[in-house]
Amino acid sequence: MKIETASQGTKLRIYLSGELDHHGARSAMRTIEDRISAYLPRDCVLDLGGLSFMDSSGIAVLLKSYKRLGQIGGRLRVENVPEQPMKVIDASGIERLLGVSCLSRPGDAARDNK
Amino acid sequence: MIKETNSFKLEFPSVSSNEGFARAAAACFAARLDPTLEELGDIKTAVSEAVTNCIVHAYPDSIGRIVIKGRTFSDNSIEISVRDWGKGIPDVEAARQPLFTTGGDGRSGMGFTIMESFMDRLRVRSAPGKGTTVTMSRRLTPRRP
Ligand SMILES: Nc1ncnc2c1ncn2[C@@H]1O[C@H](COP(=O)(O)OP(=O)(O)OP(=O)(O)O)[C@@H](O)[C@H]1O
Ligand SMILES: [Mg+2]
Repeated sequence: MKIETASQGTKLRIYLSGELDHHGARSAMRTIEDRISAYLPRDCVLDLGGLSFMDSSGIAVLLKSYKRLGQIGGRLRVENVPEQPMKVIDASGIERLLGVSCLSRPGDAARDNK
Repeated sequence: MIKETNSFKLEFPSVSSNEGFARAAAACFAARLDPTLEELGDIKTAVSEAVTNCIVHAYPDSIGRIVIKGRTFSDNSIEISVRDWGKGIPDVEAARQPLFTTGGDGRSGMGFTIMESFMDRLRVRSAPGKGTTVTMSRRLTPRRP
């Protein structure tokens, strides 16, 4: 599990790569929370493009990130979701919470949130 | 007549670094059936959920034993069971409901729902104080040249 961030103004983009399971979730969540607290972004993107695997532990990470953004009055989008993680997200039904328009597959730029 | 074509048994301690190992091993075993990438992903995900449950729920404050068994059959189906000798589940039917969790932080109660939707069949046998066995099976689409 590797996490990198890029920021520009009030925008923060967090890149997750590798396998997001229970083993990696705790430290991933800590890193994500640290970055959000440090940048207090208005718009935050979790870029899942590099994820080779995700299970329900990843769902909890997405939900927590979503809540954290809510607390600071920011917005979360989840982008570049590969097939396997997308299937897990679909099965969990959290799309209803995150809003379908906040999720995008790779090359899915057209599904913008406007 | 449907015949068993192959089998394996794997035993390991309930440490979280074994989650990746367990699902990779199950995927390697399933690969013999020539599954699609999506089918392989489904099996990995379901196994990851079952093994994580053993680590998180069955043995919350100790290291216990986990055994995974797999079998493949001549009808291109695979059966995988994940067993622990931990806490057990008092009410299996309630535990299988979406969003049901006793896990608190970091859990969302979606594991069984994911196993159910990614596999064809899911059977859960459990007794409080004795442990839990989750058995799941899936028929893979035959791919002939
Ligand atoms: N092997 C097990 N031993 C003891 N209890 C279990 C076991 N597997 C599941 N449970 C119980 O069933 C509940 C539901 O499991 P499920 O995997 O659906 O959700 P979760 O593990 O709580 O959350 P998530 O899987 O989304 O991280 C658990 O909270 C736990 O109480
Ligand atoms: Mg679970």
